[in-house]
Amino acid sequence: MELTVGANQFFWTPEAWSSLYEDLAHTPVDRVVLGELVCSKRLPFYQDRIPAAVTTLLEAGKQPILTSLALVTLKRERKMTAELAEMGIEVEINDLTALATLPEGARFSVGPLVNVYNESTLAWLAGRGATRVCLPPELPIGPVRTLAQAGRDLGVAIEVWAQGRLPLAISGRCYHARRHGRTKDNCQFACEEDPDGLDVRTLENRSFLAMNGVQTLSESHACADYQVELLRDAGISALRLSPQTGDFAGLCRLWRQRLDGEIAPGEVAAALRRAKPDIRLSDGFLTGASGAEWSGARAGS
Amino acid sequence: MEIVCPAGTPAALRAAVKAGAHTVYCGFADETNARNFPGLNFSREEMQEGVRFAHAHGAKVLVAINTYPRAGSETLWRQAVADAETAGADAVILADPGLLDYAAQSHPDLRRHLSVQAAAANADIINFYARAFGVKRVVLPRVLSVPEIAAINAETEVETEVFVFGGLCVMAEGRCSLSSYATGQSPNMNGVCSPASHVEYRETGEGLDARLGGYTIHRVGRDEPAPYPTLCKGCFTAGGKTGHLFEDPVSLNAEQLIPQLAKAGVTALKIEGRQRSRSYVAQVVRNFRTAVDAQAAGRPIPQGMLASLSEGQATTTGAYKKTWR
Repeated sequence: MELTVGANQFFWTPEAWSSLYEDLAHTPVDRVVLGELVCSKRLPFYQDRIPAAVTTLLEAGKQPILTSLALVTLKRERKMTAELAEMGIEVEINDLTALATLPEGARFSVGPLVNVYNESTLAWLAGRGATRVCLPPELPIGPVRTLAQAGRDLGVAIEVWAQGRLPLAISGRCYHARRHGRTKDNCQFACEEDPDGLDVRTLENRSFLAMNGVQTLSESHACADYQVELLRDAGISALRLSPQTGDFAGLCRLWRQRLDGEIAPGEVAAALRRAKPDIRLSDGFLTGASGAEWSGARAGS
Repeated sequence: MEIVCPAGTPAALRAAVKAGAHTVYCGFADETNARNFPGLNFSREEMQEGVRFAHAHGAKVLVAINTYPRAGSETLWRQAVADAETAGADAVILADPGLLDYAAQSHPDLRRHLSVQAAAANADIINFYARAFGVKRVVLPRVLSVPEIAAINAETEVETEVFVFGGLCVMAEGRCSLSSYATGQSPNMNGVCSPASHVEYRETGEGLDARLGGYTIHRVGRDEPAPYPTLCKGCFTAGGKTGHLFEDPVSLNAEQLIPQLAKAGVTALKIEGRQRSRSYVAQVVRNFRTAVDAQAAGRPIPQGMLASLSEGQATTTGAYKKTWR
């Protein structure tokens, strides 16, 4: 199986943004999705750095892919979306609007925020030029297996969300701004203070969600450490890792070791806990009764 | 303007039609629609009978088949499309591209509407759905302001339908898996959100806790009404602040915006609430019919007709006013 690094979901400083891609050039990942997924207001802060990051990744032998926004409403956002293909690298659509504006016949990838739940939708996307689909994270292993088989028949690589806070919802409203008593138009970039998202706790003070501007994520970090063999047997061709702060490049290397059988099931999870003892992990969307569940809890890790 | 009214049961359908609904929408009693609640929705026979009744009274029936078909089980959803056509439905409301493609190929004469669950939020994608699948109407997601809706209508021939009353999704519809994260059941896969099967109320020393999937997201004092624990309207803490961080327990009421929505080129006004009683449906429909008739005749919209019917008594005009964002 290959490794894909998904688009950074968070608003990082321009320096931290560039460092991520410089670091990734030295990791054993196969492709890297970059660009703005969550909020169009963030893009101007690092847009001019994208060409250099693309060059760095290409020189390191990685495939760079440019993401679309997850929710396109404004005129400016439609323009941004229509211009994605001009960069000359493959586009990952995360809103079907991007498909509507891609040049006819262009090959493209489909990201985790497009609703690909069944074989018909997969076949329809393949017919329009999709070569790779990262499935919606909420899909359980049964449908994942069926879609992996269908993908093989259609020549579409199927990818599964394996690491990082789960993108659970996208809204027209900015929750970071709302929490600061502001509106989206006057957000003053409140989300920048939380480079991994802001913890949202329940009334019994349990960690639950993470706020990231217009996006809502899981507080737990998805980790498919215990499902690697299951996913490989299902015919999944790549796992997706989502950027986070800390030693993300190190985490990518660890995942490569896990896929190569150099470390045992549970070792990625153990390393995540060593780095951050209070981290909560989840893999319930794939194999549990609800997304927040963690199979490692049963194994005592 | 056309009013599109909810019917969770045959009785509600008849009540809505008698109350003046131009159109009702309903679904089959299974996971093919986004209100897959126990005791709700229509058998095949009830759908045929419902369409007959509506047509006899000059009303239309739309069948919502707007969840995302499960891999390996798509037949259930395709059968629903075929059965809607057999029943004589005026249109089907679909969200999944694969199912739209199937409907366009195999049932070309059955009119296709794009469900709000597809969250088509700009003219480019709406026109794309029209080109690809012959979609004639789009139900707009609740993330757009009135000027944005007007701008969309200026750029598309596709009719637009907007929600004006009832429950309000805060997240882009069809793009939310909060519910399955907490309970395993989601709108896209199962046609439910924050399902009752996962709700638990617990007496505490001070009052009542409302829990969903084991997470406490509402807490009220003794004798206070306990709101239903819908995830995005729950009470949470972030960065030292506790409150309704996503949305207050409010419901949508855009009745007073009807003239602006008409001016924005909107074709149809949609009322949420297939899970509601027939008396509720009848009252809301009657009021909205009065309001659109007033609008058509150039009279002012009557004030505050529906305040008592709104969930938790608090209402919002949602994203229609830009400051909501």
